Amino acid sequence: MAKLLLFGYGNPGRGDDALGPELIERIARLHLADVECQNDMQLQVEHVTDLAACKQVLFIDADMKCAEPFEFSGIGAEKNDSYTSHAMNPSALLHAYSRVYGKDAPPAFLLRIRGYDFGLGDALSDQASANLEAATRLAVELCASANLPIWREYLVNA
Amino acid sequence: MDQNATSPSGKDQSPNLRRVAIDPISRVEGHGKITLMLDAENHIHEARLHIVEFRGFEKFIQGRPYWEVPFFVQRLCGICPVSHQLAAAKAVDQLVGVEQLTPTAYKLRRLLHFGQTLQSHALHFFHLSSPDLLFGFGSDPAQRNIVGVLDKYPELALKGVKLRKFGQQIIAAISGKRIHGTATVPGGMNKALTIAEREILLTDINDILAWCQDAVALNEQIHTAHPEHQGYATIHSNFLSMTGSGGELELYHGGLRARSADGTKIFDQFDYRGYQSVIREEVRPWSYMKFPYLIELGKQQGWYRVGPLARVNNCDFIATPLAEAARKRFREFGHGGFVHDTLAYHWARMIEALHCAESIDELLHDPDITGTGLVTELGDKRSVGIGVIEAPRGTLFHHYQIDEQGLIAKANLIVSTTSNNQAMNESVRSVANEYLDGHEITEGLLNHLEVAVRAYDPCLSCATHALGKMPLQVELLDADGALLDRLTKGGNGMIERTA
Repeated sequence: MAKLLLFGYGNPGRGDDALGPELIERIARLHLADVECQNDMQLQVEHVTDLAACKQVLFIDADMKCAEPFEFSGIGAEKNDSYTSHAMNPSALLHAYSRVYGKDAPPAFLLRIRGYDFGLGDALSDQASANLEAATRLAVELCASANLPIWREYLVNA
Repeated sequence: MDQNATSPSGKDQSPNLRRVAIDPISRVEGHGKITLMLDAENHIHEARLHIVEFRGFEKFIQGRPYWEVPFFVQRLCGICPVSHQLAAAKAVDQLVGVEQLTPTAYKLRRLLHFGQTLQSHALHFFHLSSPDLLFGFGSDPAQRNIVGVLDKYPELALKGVKLRKFGQQIIAAISGKRIHGTATVPGGMNKALTIAEREILLTDINDILAWCQDAVALNEQIHTAHPEHQGYATIHSNFLSMTGSGGELELYHGGLRARSADGTKIFDQFDYRGYQSVIREEVRPWSYMKFPYLIELGKQQGWYRVGPLARVNNCDFIATPLAEAARKRFREFGHGGFVHDTLAYHWARMIEALHCAESIDELLHDPDITGTGLVTELGDKRSVGIGVIEAPRGTLFHHYQIDEQGLIAKANLIVSTTSNNQAMNESVRSVANEYLDGHEITEGLLNHLEVAVRAYDPCLSCATHALGKMPLQVELLDADGALLDRLTKGGNGMIERTA
């Protein structure tokens, strides 16, 4: 069982929506021990099966509203209305996990990277690319110390 | 009111019409907007489903080398990227002069397509539509979702999760990764399926078959036991689909078959490379989407439906035994004729899911599937390639023209949702006439309209999902265009009345 799952989501064909998958690609190329990298266009309920195989998870997404260059936060299970759309948010996925497996999901965190332009066929915007650099540095640090107390220190300092 | 708007038939609208706008639709793939045109007596005169579709994409790929196209077009959709890849790959095969793939490449593509269709159908029924069907269209929205199903029907919901996961495992095994894999190359495939990968996929196949049978039985029970479902959003239409050379259900490669509402064949085993001689696309000023129609029947009568309902109605048989038995029960329900019930799309969709599971089982036991002859010899280059497959949502056309350098000079895509465009408008009109009282937009009305649209499993494009970008807005305007009422549903599901 990999200790840490990094799960990026977003559409690589839609400008800054590619931030999550792009960061995942970068981390995957490092071939870090005990780190599993996954990405998908959007979160769906079947991704609970990915969570089942890890001890700690970091979701990575583009966000139009978060602070620059990124926001790092802890998240918990929450039954919310994101189910009514065609994609789920991470908290809803954690809630679904508890319904499917009858136990709490692994400790989860969310790294939101600030994006600006989500146009079809666009490349990453310059600003988003700069934010990605900063977010990648944080993600590498997190992967190097994948335990809860240390990650919580990052929350305090974020 | 938009004074420049015209009706689907192109006629000017009456000045006494009132417009109700619902924007966008939730729980379909992407975003859309519904405009209901009311007359002075508050009857629905016309329904318009606005969809931001793929027109920009056709322009976007111009100038790209043809060999890149199967990978670019995957980015059209977060749910069925494989369908676009395969349709484009078939077109590219023609561009490089390939008439026939190697047995292994052909079967790998079919396996990929069955995996894609299975996971897409599972997503639609278990995640998007089962809440409506199990809890009722007017039930509490807080319960009417996949987690509500997990709470009340945990065993069923878990089957849905695992079915979708299984389909994605097939895609990942063949494509190398879960999304945006690189399975196809001109004239074949670029990765063999290993014996170890095949064995892993076979591990759960008996469960997959059993769950698909259960899903068919559940949908059959729901539809036949609820007379109110049978007339809901129901319209009588022509049907278009591919069929195999023997008239069997065929999702990857076959000839086009069109039949009128009473079953009369309009054309059959038609070579799809000549589609422009039987299908024309009408442009209407109020929509990005075109309105395809069968030329022989004309604009007014020639619109048609595609997708599971069309395919299961249109075929003469299904080549896998369990799905064929299910199809026969479906036809018995229609007394041997077509089943036109719009909500029967769900039933037909699960029959196809069962067919996919059976076909996957068959292919995984075929020795060719782990072969290594992946690419056939390329022939003389051609300037035009047209690939057609039956995507989960219906017949999908990819048409490319290249220049002397191999760059895309022109592209035309007819996606399944475009073919169902007029049919969805008609279904929306049918439901709105029954549930809109003309005075207030209610959440109940909104959901009833969505149930009708969702039956078609429309792909409204996009797949972008950035946080905070999923509002749902309903507007009611009077005959003079003044705002009477507006409901806004935020990305967090909160509903706010702002007028």
